[in-house]
Amino acid sequence: MTPAAAAGVTNPRILVFSTINISDPGIDLAGSRHLEYPASVQTMAVPCSSGLKPAWLVYALDKGFDGVFVASDGEECSYLPDCAERTAKIISQAQEMMAARNISPSRLKMAAVCSVCAEPFANYMREFAETLKALGANTSAA
Amino acid sequence: MSEPEATQATPEPAKHDKTAPEDRRIGVYICHCGGNISDYVDVEAVRDALADEPNVVISDDPIFACSDGTQQDMIQAIKANGLDGLVVASCSPKLHQTTFRNVSKRADMNPYAYTQVNVREQASWVHQHDKAGATEKVIGLVRSGVAKSRLSDELVPLRVNTVPRTLVIGGGIAGLRAAKGLADLGIDAILIERQPELGGWVGKLGAMFPHEDSGKEQVATLIDEVKDRRDVTVYTAAELTSKAGSFGNYEVEITLHREGGDKVLNLEVGSIIVATGFDSYNPDDGEYGYGMDGVVTLPQFKELVDATGSGPLSYNGRPVRSVAYIYCVGSRQEAGGNEYCSKYCCTAAIHASSLVSSLDPGIRQYHLYRDIRAYGRNELTYNESREAGSVYVKFDPDTPPEVAKLDSGVLGVTVTDLLTGHAELTLPVDLVVLVTGMVPRENKTLIDLLKLPLGSDGFFNEIHPKLRPVETVVDGVMIAGCCQAPRTMGESVSAGLAAVAQSAALLKKGFAELEPLVAVVDPDKCTGSGECLTACPYDSITSIEWDGRQIASVDPATCKGCGGCIPVCGADAIDLLGYTDEQMKAAIEELVVTEMPVKEPVA
Repeated sequence: MTPAAAAGVTNPRILVFSTINISDPGIDLAGSRHLEYPASVQTMAVPCSSGLKPAWLVYALDKGFDGVFVASDGEECSYLPDCAERTAKIISQAQEMMAARNISPSRLKMAAVCSVCAEPFANYMREFAETLKALGANTSAA
Repeated sequence: MSEPEATQATPEPAKHDKTAPEDRRIGVYICHCGGNISDYVDVEAVRDALADEPNVVISDDPIFACSDGTQQDMIQAIKANGLDGLVVASCSPKLHQTTFRNVSKRADMNPYAYTQVNVREQASWVHQHDKAGATEKVIGLVRSGVAKSRLSDELVPLRVNTVPRTLVIGGGIAGLRAAKGLADLGIDAILIERQPELGGWVGKLGAMFPHEDSGKEQVATLIDEVKDRRDVTVYTAAELTSKAGSFGNYEVEITLHREGGDKVLNLEVGSIIVATGFDSYNPDDGEYGYGMDGVVTLPQFKELVDATGSGPLSYNGRPVRSVAYIYCVGSRQEAGGNEYCSKYCCTAAIHASSLVSSLDPGIRQYHLYRDIRAYGRNELTYNESREAGSVYVKFDPDTPPEVAKLDSGVLGVTVTDLLTGHAELTLPVDLVVLVTGMVPRENKTLIDLLKLPLGSDGFFNEIHPKLRPVETVVDGVMIAGCCQAPRTMGESVSAGLAAVAQSAALLKKGFAELEPLVAVVDPDKCTGSGECLTACPYDSITSIEWDGRQIASVDPATCKGCGGCIPVCGADAIDLLGYTDEQMKAAIEELVVTEMPVKEPVA
């Protein structure tokens, strides 16, 4: 049983995929400004959200995360002009994989987080934690 | 002395050797950062939890991981214990990833076996009321970092030739001085200025503090020096209109606005210095009487004083016998202005009043202030102005001065004097000067083109305010002068020269080391479907013949390392080095700590 399930999802585990140049600085700025959000949020930075494999998002849900949040580059991406569409496609592919496993699509969320989006990020985390609490335990977790 | 040759791109898939994961020897350091981390995370508990992890040979918790002493300790520990992996859990990688990669290099360890774990900006600083939760989170993050180091490849940076030329955007004092500084160091400077004239704000000013040198004359001298140089090219009425490529080899398009139509120039530059300056705060109509005849801003007043020469001070044909200065207009306020202090304006106003005193010591001058921030040597200018007869009246920001027309027709400023029993004074004056500060300049196109990060105040953001004060998160793009923050001319020039030094540090070697964290194709898995060929906007992926069939191959010199090709591959044959499938899955797994390591809950 995962810790989240044991705790009755009072602190839903959230994995954030951030991007090194765009959303990670925004998440860092939330830190510099001491904007609090739940400690059950963990962040993993990758160069670009369009480089995420859908399988990794589902893997996180399998391994005990209650929700996955992709803090995407959106229009800001310095690599790919069509980054927003690419990331959206990755999300929909992951959601198809989740549907096949009876995982609610609400456990996966994407939003563009810019390099100064400190407050929006902290708000996203608080809101997503509430959504996941309402969803209850992620029973698909191994 | 021989310089290393820049390597040519190889179409062959590179081979990356590594020690078997189970044999890796990893050192882990969890930084207290003074108390920045350890006040909110049980650092000792993290250290103890990591000590038992497989492959972890050392688990330590230095007070400051970045201190010289700790760096030396790490180097010795890496050598003495034969470590081939290093994990430091401290601040954001933006601050110290390079520091600890260099520690690895100095200890003869592959720098790409180093993993930085961000437990300050992304943990201790955002969970200040949940020490147990933060501690559990950090243990997961550090274990995840260990997993990445354990599975890291032996990588070598790629070398590409760099162009010894820098684009300076903005022909004010910071940009002009930077252009000259670049040329002095043997780097060609291309200076572009949006306006038809060079000089910016300083170019319009007469005598300036602290040495009474004329801004106009200083700018004119610099322009003469720059114009004489073959290695500085200046374009006025010119704007950056596109940017491609990467640091060391940016391809920029400059549009020259010329009579009869725009002209376009395409150039290659190695780095870019942004010195686009500031705008002066523009008060709202009615803000401290702004809009009334005789109420002016500090820049307008300075222009008036400079234009007066030696002769009597007058405004709109009327003699000026008395002046009231209202400080902090638009600054240090939450609503309807800016929260920050512009720090130059106190001294600039005091200095302007000294010029007025020297024109005519009989002119009465009242300074209505919240706090006087004439720092450093400027304190002496402040003292001199008081000795010359200026009167200073402190007001409470909750009851700011009011400006109105008196029955006699002159302006009246009513202020409650905080230091003399809250006496309410009404001062009849000929001129009211609103001491306005600096605001960020509207520059949306440039921000979009260069992907410049903005702070919450709207000025451009550096990577680190102390250690990397002119670099931005965009490689090879530096900021200098008042586009970064309000500052004095001397400070702007210093920043411009710091950006010059930083450009030289990047370009003087003639080559740049690029991250080897690029995409690689597994030739055994690749089916040659061609799906990835169109996925790369940089045309880094080509089809090559390998073992009698067509497979995809990535050019490491042009690959940007975004990973955009990875999810496109139906055969799962592409990996991004540093973020391989194996590393990502192991890192995800390790984040989830199954047992709470903290023995008793900490409040």
